[in-house]
Amino acid sequence: MTDPRHLVDTVLEIVGARADAEAVADVGTSALTRFANSFIHQNVSEDVAEVTLRVAVEGRVSSATTTATTPDGLAAFVGDTIDIATHRPPDAEWPGFGGRTDYPDVDHWDAATAHAHPTARAEAVRAFVAAGDGTAAAGYCRTEAHDVAYGNTLGRSAAGRYTTAIVDGIHQTPTSAGSGHGAGRALGAIDAASVGALAAARARDSVAAYDVKPGEYEVVLSPECVATIAVFLDAYGFNAKVAQDGMSFVEPGEQQFDGSIDIWDDASDPEALFVASDTEGTPKRRVDLVRGGETVSLVHDRRTAHRDGVESTGHATAAGDVSGPLGTNVFVGGGDASVEEMIASIDRGIYVATFNYCRVLDPKSLVVTGLTRNGTFMIENGSITGAVTTMRFTQSFIGALAPGRVRGIGSDGRFADSEFGPTMVHAPSMQLASWNFTGGAEG
Amino acid sequence: MFTSAELAVQGALDAGARYADARVVVSLSESINVQNQNLDRVDRSEHVGVGVRALIGSSWGFAATPDLSASAVRSAGARAAGIAGASRLVPGPPVEFADVPVTQATWETPFTEDPFSVALSEKVDMLVEVTATMQAVAGVEIATGSLAFWDTNTWFASSQGHRIHQHLVESGGGFDATAIGEHETQRRSYPQSFGQFETGGYETVRAWEYQANARRIAEEAVALLHAPEMDERETALVLEGSQLALQIHESVGHAIELDRILGWEAAFAGTSHLELSELGTHRYGSELMNITADATLPGALGTFGFDDEGTPAASVDIVRDGIWVGVLSGRDSAAIAGLTPGGMVRADGYNRLPMVRMTNVGLQPGSGTLEEIIAETDDGVYMSTNRSWSIDDRRLNFQFGCEIAWEIENGELTRMLKNPTYTGITPQFWGTLDRLAGRSEWVHWGTPNCGKGQPIQVAHTGHSASPARFSNVRVGVKG
Repeated sequence: MTDPRHLVDTVLEIVGARADAEAVADVGTSALTRFANSFIHQNVSEDVAEVTLRVAVEGRVSSATTTATTPDGLAAFVGDTIDIATHRPPDAEWPGFGGRTDYPDVDHWDAATAHAHPTARAEAVRAFVAAGDGTAAAGYCRTEAHDVAYGNTLGRSAAGRYTTAIVDGIHQTPTSAGSGHGAGRALGAIDAASVGALAAARARDSVAAYDVKPGEYEVVLSPECVATIAVFLDAYGFNAKVAQDGMSFVEPGEQQFDGSIDIWDDASDPEALFVASDTEGTPKRRVDLVRGGETVSLVHDRRTAHRDGVESTGHATAAGDVSGPLGTNVFVGGGDASVEEMIASIDRGIYVATFNYCRVLDPKSLVVTGLTRNGTFMIENGSITGAVTTMRFTQSFIGALAPGRVRGIGSDGRFADSEFGPTMVHAPSMQLASWNFTGGAEG
Repeated sequence: MFTSAELAVQGALDAGARYADARVVVSLSESINVQNQNLDRVDRSEHVGVGVRALIGSSWGFAATPDLSASAVRSAGARAAGIAGASRLVPGPPVEFADVPVTQATWETPFTEDPFSVALSEKVDMLVEVTATMQAVAGVEIATGSLAFWDTNTWFASSQGHRIHQHLVESGGGFDATAIGEHETQRRSYPQSFGQFETGGYETVRAWEYQANARRIAEEAVALLHAPEMDERETALVLEGSQLALQIHESVGHAIELDRILGWEAAFAGTSHLELSELGTHRYGSELMNITADATLPGALGTFGFDDEGTPAASVDIVRDGIWVGVLSGRDSAAIAGLTPGGMVRADGYNRLPMVRMTNVGLQPGSGTLEEIIAETDDGVYMSTNRSWSIDDRRLNFQFGCEIAWEIENGELTRMLKNPTYTGITPQFWGTLDRLAGRSEWVHWGTPNCGKGQPIQVAHTGHSASPARFSNVRVGVKG
């Protein structure tokens, strides 16, 4: 396998004195075994070897990515990228590249996952499927391993590696479905049978689902739902570009959330995933986004930091010039309640296992519409009394977590499958005073 | 490049595959983003590699590599076969593979101006000027413009003898203006949300006359801040063409994907409210509803010569006079359903598995014009340009938000309304289609961001539509 540091050094050497430059190389494998109707129907694996180059010629900046990493391919790639830069106008807000720096000692790596054989993924699938006892299973098992290197012409250099593993799926009866989710650094740490058993139980418990009247309901949300709330706050609020554009709800120093809410981003947490530096080679700093309900700060890349006169927090992303920085190691602070305790405290409410197809109606107020999916249950007099059919909601995610609106936080924090995927947010279950359901799936 | 594809196929066959195919893909893309007259980003990407599928028994495997050396390509074929072998640990029913013509052919998108040959300065200058025009309107805080181009060469070979070279060229872009109020933002986009994309060269961008529309779009964004909210009620809804295109995409295009109907996407993209047993009898909408999936439409974004299984592009009836009559399918899914494969299996690059995707799923035009439809409407709303979209996993319950709306009173557009939304249930909604504009306003709208599959794949799809009217639609749903 190609050494990503070698790719970076080669590219920067080809650039030479023609431009300031930074290069990121990502080398690894990505494999995903997918199943439906209780059998494996799609099973893929790819070698990854990709170089991204950004050059600056007197403030004229261009970027490019290639998988053609042969010597001839890289020479043409570098030449084209510099040529494009010289033919564009200067970037008035170009912050320049970063200089040498130190990095936290982070190695979110599991060797067994990195070298997982297709049979290991198939075995996990088999365990998930077998947990169903007659229900139909669908989902996937994914393993990834990446070696990532960064270098620039100012001498900044970083390298890291990471693995991720996911077992995620549903069990279905002819009239219902339930989901289970597992994600982390190591495939061996995910109990696929347990994940499948939860999905199967939710499916069986949802068989006799009925319609309930739309309206405001107290809710207990699973870690998946809370992760989706958090990732929307992350992308549409704590993103410094969104804030600089005047589109964010964020007001640092204000008590915008319930006092029980803590949200932070921390790549160096022992449970975190991915590497310790961002796509600009900046160390990912721990950033408190919300502490005790008070909005604390934003995440920055070099461009947004330059605008605000602060240091980058290390949250640049590949297309960040357009979409802005993003927290990719988001943690929502846990509480001490069990799901059972939260349910027991509710006279009439709804438990939601997952949200689906959430879309922002207004970014500034973060009003979002979406649907429930794969396990929605009625709570009456402190107990689950039955399953309810798919429901649509239209709800401000900020308002849902506003002061006085959070009635309980679970102790069950884990990586949870948000609308942006299962590896970005670590979140617990949560009990909220109200959630605005606007209709059912059938009308 | 055929040699590399053939080596990959041979590698899979030598490792025990009973069928294999491979695609060598060289894809080049360029994207340009301008915000408030500043060029934020110009990016070019080149993805080169081979992806190979292998079938052993009833199980599939797929492997991809960017390394086109002979040993790496052959190894990818063997790896695909090995993965198929692992799939047999959790096997499915026997896989049939519907016959298609075994073709040796070449196909190329017709285009006039190679978008990669148009000077970067010309493209950037055009976007800078457009954003300057929008910023000249007081109240516009953010003015953005973007362009994107793709040039994709694919060499496809199969163990059955296919040898197909295809060259696709796609171009497009758009711009938008955002006005920001105390607790809200209002945006207007042109030609549609996310821009308009077509197969063809830079001439497709020129045809939309960005500069001529920039000031109007900016003024509408600012005016929306002061417009009243829409009341929640049931009324006649007239949809502008690009919003109707997305309505088709979400509530018809995905629902008719055979892999969803068969349950293959149950855990992620979802299933469908349609059941195969109802094909030919299920009423999808009113008699005005005629939907085709036509991969041969000149200029439409979902147009090609052959899909990624080597099946020739075709036009397939999906809904005829309101009755559901067709699906989007590939060779294996069609065989299971006992249908003819539709040539609708495509992959997002060499490193992704081909899967059922929309081609150009469009609503055939009716007669008359938008102006006539509005004149014939006593009470209703006219909504334009998508702002948000959400639909359940069976493609049944949807809610769309649009950027702008106007009341219709006694056959005329009156007040501008902000934050318009409408919601409905798919067959009920399409059943209320009672007026459809004609061919003169029929546009091949392009959707460049259709996500599906795991790992996620982004497809480029087309949706021809002209403005239409629906009766008794619930509008103005609020949070």
